[in-house]
Amino acid sequence: MRLSNLQLYLLLVGGGAAMLGLALSLPTLGNAPLVLIFFVLATLPLFRLAKPLSLWLDGLIAIFGAVALIASLPQGASMPLHHWLALFSAWAFAWLFVERLSAAIRAGTLPETGTSLIIPVIFGLALLAMWEVVTRGANVPAVLLPPPSAIGARMAAETGILWADFVQTFIRSVLPGYAIGCLAGLGVAILVDRSPFLKAGIMPIGNFMSALPIIGIAPIMVMWFGFDWQSKAAVVVAMTFFPMLVNTVAGLNAASVMERDLMRTYAASYWQTLFKLRLPAAGPFIFNALKINSTLALIGAIVAEFFGTPVVGMGFRISTGVGRLAIDLVWAEIAVAAVAGSAFYGVIALIERGVTFWHPSVRGGRA
Amino acid sequence: MTRIIPVLTVLAAIGLFWYAMAVHMNAPWQNTLNTRAGLENVALLDFAQQTWAQDKPVLPAPHQVATEIWNATIGLEFTSRRSLAYHAWITLSATLLGFALGTVLGVALAVAIIHNDASDRSLMPWIIASQTIPILAVAPMVVVGLGAVGLTGLVPKSLISMYLSFFPVVVGMVKGLRSPEGIQLDLMRTYDATPWQTFWKLRWPAAIPFLFASMKVGIAISLIGAVVAELSNASGGGLGVRLLTGSYNGQTIQIWAALFIAAGLAAVLVAIVGSTEKWVNGRMGVRA
Repeated sequence: MRLSNLQLYLLLVGGGAAMLGLALSLPTLGNAPLVLIFFVLATLPLFRLAKPLSLWLDGLIAIFGAVALIASLPQGASMPLHHWLALFSAWAFAWLFVERLSAAIRAGTLPETGTSLIIPVIFGLALLAMWEVVTRGANVPAVLLPPPSAIGARMAAETGILWADFVQTFIRSVLPGYAIGCLAGLGVAILVDRSPFLKAGIMPIGNFMSALPIIGIAPIMVMWFGFDWQSKAAVVVAMTFFPMLVNTVAGLNAASVMERDLMRTYAASYWQTLFKLRLPAAGPFIFNALKINSTLALIGAIVAEFFGTPVVGMGFRISTGVGRLAIDLVWAEIAVAAVAGSAFYGVIALIERGVTFWHPSVRGGRA
Repeated sequence: MTRIIPVLTVLAAIGLFWYAMAVHMNAPWQNTLNTRAGLENVALLDFAQQTWAQDKPVLPAPHQVATEIWNATIGLEFTSRRSLAYHAWITLSATLLGFALGTVLGVALAVAIIHNDASDRSLMPWIIASQTIPILAVAPMVVVGLGAVGLTGLVPKSLISMYLSFFPVVVGMVKGLRSPEGIQLDLMRTYDATPWQTFWKLRWPAAIPFLFASMKVGIAISLIGAVVAELSNASGGGLGVRLLTGSYNGQTIQIWAALFIAAGLAAVLVAIVGSTEKWVNGRMGVRA
């Protein structure tokens, strides 16, 4: 397959940077043999412009470049110019690889499943490699931004503390608060749905409240419920309640008039209609709220911990870590929070796929 | 009128419940006070009034909060460090700058995503993943980190607001820019329109309703971002600082007043975006 214009530019830029790097690093030949090999490898594709090499080769060049760079980073000194060129070239090759891969998927020469996962993974890895090389190569002070390797080492060294914080914040505060808030929102929505008057009165207020900075009630909740997890759970309840209420009420209206009429011709009772027609029809809306709430809940609990906690918890560790300039521990904590938040979201999305399998947005494949 | 009466009824019910809860929650401390002062058998109505007039109540009564808001905004010089209007202005400026940056970034990312397959596949998953990083938790560190390289004041707070508000804009704009149907795109092709023309004359107008829906969400959460970012920079001022100092000093009335100002600010900002939306829709020929 021939290269598109963008791919051609990327190849020229990547190969050109490598060629320049090769010329610059020749005088100091042998200081970083791996980088030298990378420069040679990355220059070679330039000679076959007319008939491009396999796209996997571009990927291999990019990965080799990243590995070579990280392995030969100078200790304690700033990177020489040709290292920067190598970084630039490796980035261009990674981009070229991703470009060609997605073009191949679109053209149908590669299967969608599996290969389409590689692209975001490559992007993430490239970002991490870039972060590592730039922070170490430019000697960014660890107080500002520690390299990923230091964060990883800290995570491995402090698993006990990280686990204790995770249990305190996620298991003790987020999960109960999330469950109570979502169930309460669902229950109130079903109640509200029965009375047009209540609906007309509560819905504008609910819509209004879900747009407000509810996180501001954190100091009040800490004052009312004390420093332990109860106050954090209370904040989470308040934050998750309104999105659930608003979404469920909208969802309960999703069943069409014709379907309701059908239920009436079956002489179905209110509860039968509710459980067999309207709640299932509201499923996509309810799951939408559950997904929104899954990230809100974690944020609420962590921020609430800024206003006072026992000496454990992710928010506590982050705020004291910043004060003690233990930034790598803070990033370790952030990594745990990100993984926990993504996993939480992912679990809800998986359940959604199983429960609302009939909905067009799920049937269509890409959500 | 038929739409206002239910809302007013619910609001009145909330107000009554609030006053009742204020009596209930402030009662223990009021009892202690009355015992110390040697007061016994206070009439119920007097007792209720006492609980509604404490200095540091567990739950301040609505009129106490309203008085505090009035005193701290209209009653003080604007430049005073105790003026809530002054702190609200600090928060508002960070919010607006962050919101503007976030909207621009979000639109730019959305344009890149719909025009380039590879950026769709590589960026979109990470944009979603980026939102599971609790940036609100990271905010103090970002503020401290940027402070170390000399960026203080408005910019770090706006960056946090930007990080929060770009996400809804990206998601909404990607959906909006993709909303023209195949038949419309085909028509553009029969007109021999360039990609540039297709973008400005078809995709962009089609995306405007989505953009406004996203901006309403975005401006509300960029306010949250600004407030939380202020928690870590107590000298900078802002509503977040008022919340924090109120929390440390047990000044519940101050907390509630700052909270209500923040809520009012959010409501006004959302309303402004909403009315801009109506105006733009009107200009674009959409019937209300």
